[in-house]
Amino acid sequence: MSAVGHVPVNEHPHDDHHHEGNFFTKYIFSMDHKVIAKQYLFTALFMGIIGIAMSIFFRMQLAWPSESFKIFEIFLGKWAPGGVMSQEVYLALVTIHGTIMVFFVLTQGLSGTFSNLLIPLQIGARDMASGFMNMLSYWLFFLSCIIMLSSLFVESGAASAGWTIYPPLSALPQAIGGSGLGMTLWLVSMAIFIASSLLGSLNYIVTVINLRTKGLSMTRLPLTIWALFVTAIIGVVSFPVLLSAALMLIMDRSFGTSFFLSDIYIGGEVLHYQGGSPILFEHLFWFLGHPEVYIVILPAMGIASEILATNSRKPIFGYRAMIASILGIAFLSTIVWGHHMFVSGMNPFLGSVFTFTTLLIAIPSAVKAFNWITTIWKGNLQMNPSMLFSIGFVSTFITGGLTGLVLGDSTLDINVHDTYFVVAHFHLVMGISALYGMFAGIYHWFPKMFGRMMNKNLGYIHFWITIIGAYGVFFPMHFVGMAGLPRRYYDNTAFPYFDDLLEINVLITIFAIITALVQLVFLYNFIHSIIAGKKATANPWNSNSLEWTTPVEPIHGNWPGEIPHVYRWPYDYSKTNEKGEYVIAGQDYAPQNVPLQEGEEELNH
Amino acid sequence: MTVFLIIIVVALFAITVWQLTRIFQLSRNTNTLDSSQIANDKDNKTQGNLMLAFGIAFYIFMLYNFWSFGDRALPAASSEHGEEYDNLLLITMAVIMFVQVITQGLLHYFAFKYKGKKGQKALFFADNDKLEFVWTIIPVIVLAGLIIYGLFTWSDIMDIDEEDDPIVVELYAKQFSWIARYAGKDNVLGKANVRFIEPSNPLGIDNSDPYALDDVVTAEIHLPVDRPVLFKMRSQDVLHSAYFPHFRAQMNVVPGMITQFAFTPTVTTDAINETEYMRDKVARINEIRREKNEELVALGEEPLTDYDNFEYYLLCNKICGVAHYNMQMKVVVETEEEFNVWMAEQEEYSETLGDLIGAKKDRKSTGEELAQVEN
Repeated sequence: MSAVGHVPVNEHPHDDHHHEGNFFTKYIFSMDHKVIAKQYLFTALFMGIIGIAMSIFFRMQLAWPSESFKIFEIFLGKWAPGGVMSQEVYLALVTIHGTIMVFFVLTQGLSGTFSNLLIPLQIGARDMASGFMNMLSYWLFFLSCIIMLSSLFVESGAASAGWTIYPPLSALPQAIGGSGLGMTLWLVSMAIFIASSLLGSLNYIVTVINLRTKGLSMTRLPLTIWALFVTAIIGVVSFPVLLSAALMLIMDRSFGTSFFLSDIYIGGEVLHYQGGSPILFEHLFWFLGHPEVYIVILPAMGIASEILATNSRKPIFGYRAMIASILGIAFLSTIVWGHHMFVSGMNPFLGSVFTFTTLLIAIPSAVKAFNWITTIWKGNLQMNPSMLFSIGFVSTFITGGLTGLVLGDSTLDINVHDTYFVVAHFHLVMGISALYGMFAGIYHWFPKMFGRMMNKNLGYIHFWITIIGAYGVFFPMHFVGMAGLPRRYYDNTAFPYFDDLLEINVLITIFAIITALVQLVFLYNFIHSIIAGKKATANPWNSNSLEWTTPVEPIHGNWPGEIPHVYRWPYDYSKTNEKGEYVIAGQDYAPQNVPLQEGEEELNH
Repeated sequence: MTVFLIIIVVALFAITVWQLTRIFQLSRNTNTLDSSQIANDKDNKTQGNLMLAFGIAFYIFMLYNFWSFGDRALPAASSEHGEEYDNLLLITMAVIMFVQVITQGLLHYFAFKYKGKKGQKALFFADNDKLEFVWTIIPVIVLAGLIIYGLFTWSDIMDIDEEDDPIVVELYAKQFSWIARYAGKDNVLGKANVRFIEPSNPLGIDNSDPYALDDVVTAEIHLPVDRPVLFKMRSQDVLHSAYFPHFRAQMNVVPGMITQFAFTPTVTTDAINETEYMRDKVARINEIRREKNEELVALGEEPLTDYDNFEYYLLCNKICGVAHYNMQMKVVVETEEEFNVWMAEQEEYSETLGDLIGAKKDRKSTGEELAQVEN
């Protein structure tokens, strides 16, 4: 099927009988990148529902400690005797919430969905370089989801050592129940997930490098493609390291090796482990773990850049600086992992080095934020829901990113490390921001995916309540952290000292419940619009990039005739000629496949 | 207070929903004309205005947070390096809030100011080297300052000077409690290893090491004020983290190795209880507990005790198992004299050991007697 991308462009390769196929090959085991993108999206949304529901459960426990809720009894069963959440399941929920949201929702919901959808469409390719590998990648992802979810039903409980699964806690079933079969399933699921992610990423990289249409040089690529391309590279560089860590942990757990364990006395006996180091695991984990947050946020940045430019009817400001900052962030992201480990017991000198590299990463991030703000300056802003979410993205990215100055500084990290300050920081900067990027992308490319429009008014309701709610959850949470309250505490009432934080926790939980509920509006809008949304036009947002030159009804191979050639960069919005008129009379945009007009200069962006 | 907050939030939420449904209905009517689901001028106007309103509301919300939750932040540091820490934190926070206020203001204001109108022409403004240079160089300078200040403070904190004659204390972590071991008169800790652990020797102290004999094992930490203390940390099972929030001190406790952290406490427990911050805090907490007690008594349950006095504490701050949330130890900072008195009351390890050997002999003899009886 990889031949699809190479079909000579002058042929008419897509006569209907060619790819009729049955239901299974068309919708289930499809090798069409658009179908695979939808499969990623549906799976990620489904996992997202579970992940968010979990967070509501443990937020309720934090606001109303050890109170009985019928809902716990229904969903948690034996883990909530009498409707009171048990300590075991609290930690399991926290762990699986983190795992699901980071990997299954934000990684594959963004990178998986939008790489698959946008790379071929925006670079003018008929499909991915390897359709089969692409299909394999999705089905491995699906398998890893199934295994992760099945771990929730294990007798001894799901993995509960935190999403960072630091050994020895994650290695010893004696230390916590979740480190038994639950942890094994977690590791197996993640190993399959990594395989899936690698297959996908390699495919994205090869496609972007090789299958760009004529005239589409790297400096004419939409920023979405740049972001997704670099994301894939980071994934290829860092995910294998997590795989090695997971394999070593599996060996420590099951085959008696001592990579991460040493000198342990537990359950009344000394274990045989000798010479390993948990700090080694931390290094390996964060060597992926930190790039991972950029794997999550870069696609969101690319999506926001594209949508801000389109809806501002203005070129993205500083296109080359945006590319440079994506590359800068990507490079730096692989050498900052140690800032998660300032107080891990590693050599303090390393802490100094990591402080230096970490604060450096603020520079490209700041450049990006300023460029986004300048992009909307003097624009003609079209307030579509996707635009609102992109503006929201910039807002939360700044708010969340700034507190990174505290956490990235080894000195200041000493006292806020592992407190709620960290939780507030990363939820805003990578959780909420990435979710906004994902929502923006869904609202924007929905017409491309389903040939229909989402309801904008429901979109507005969704946006406003979400942004109020999300800030309501995570802004006050900084103060809980500044009060010195550690994260992953089942209950904060064990100390009278924290009693006066309870009212903040109640406030946070109420906002969280409201925010979670309004996502149902989104879900309704999403599903309803797929079935009965208004039919879309070919280019509803008057956008320049190539995906809007395809027919509304998606076809296999994307373009019915020849693949369009590219003559310009994708951001010629409101470009005027010497007379001060739009270069194409009557429209404020000049699509990439439109040749330069008479007297029009191509600017060197 | 909580109830009040809940009412406000719910009320605001209700107003939001009401307003939004109105917008929804209004736009639905116009949708008969324009049902494209693409933002029209009317939407641009409404949403642009909402952006401004949100920007202002966000400012107010931030202020509200500082105003009503600001007092929950930890009190001024009770350790020597903590002062530097607090200073650096203050500067960083000032930078953060400055940038936050400006950028959020610009973002939301621009979203309002440049909301789309038919016929409005956007400015084709693709790049400007000068502008981009300026906002690359400003973060560079500010960050350079923060990095340098931070690194100096960091090396001050982490560079442990043994010549200051710090009191050496071992912090021993296990699921789910802390044990302290003072190095005793010789100020040298005896060797220890998990392989020596017995019910009578929970820290795994090497009995053959003469340095161990004067070690003192305790269930709470007492520290003389203004004297450096060096904590050497060991864990017997999983990762823990020794977190002393009031002293701006934290270090993970890692099985298989010894980690360390040194600081000098500067404020005694008595002194911090005299501060206005702590009096307010204790009063506030007691108020909350009294309210809670009314509920508890009404339910016929055991009421909570009053929070008489603030005590420093050591927390576990690395997930370590189900009771992670309740792994703590009391820390007392007192004058040198008080400390010496307390220390004199503690039992040295050699004494414990002596008792143990005695006890073991007793057990053995009774065992033999029993065996004889059975024969």
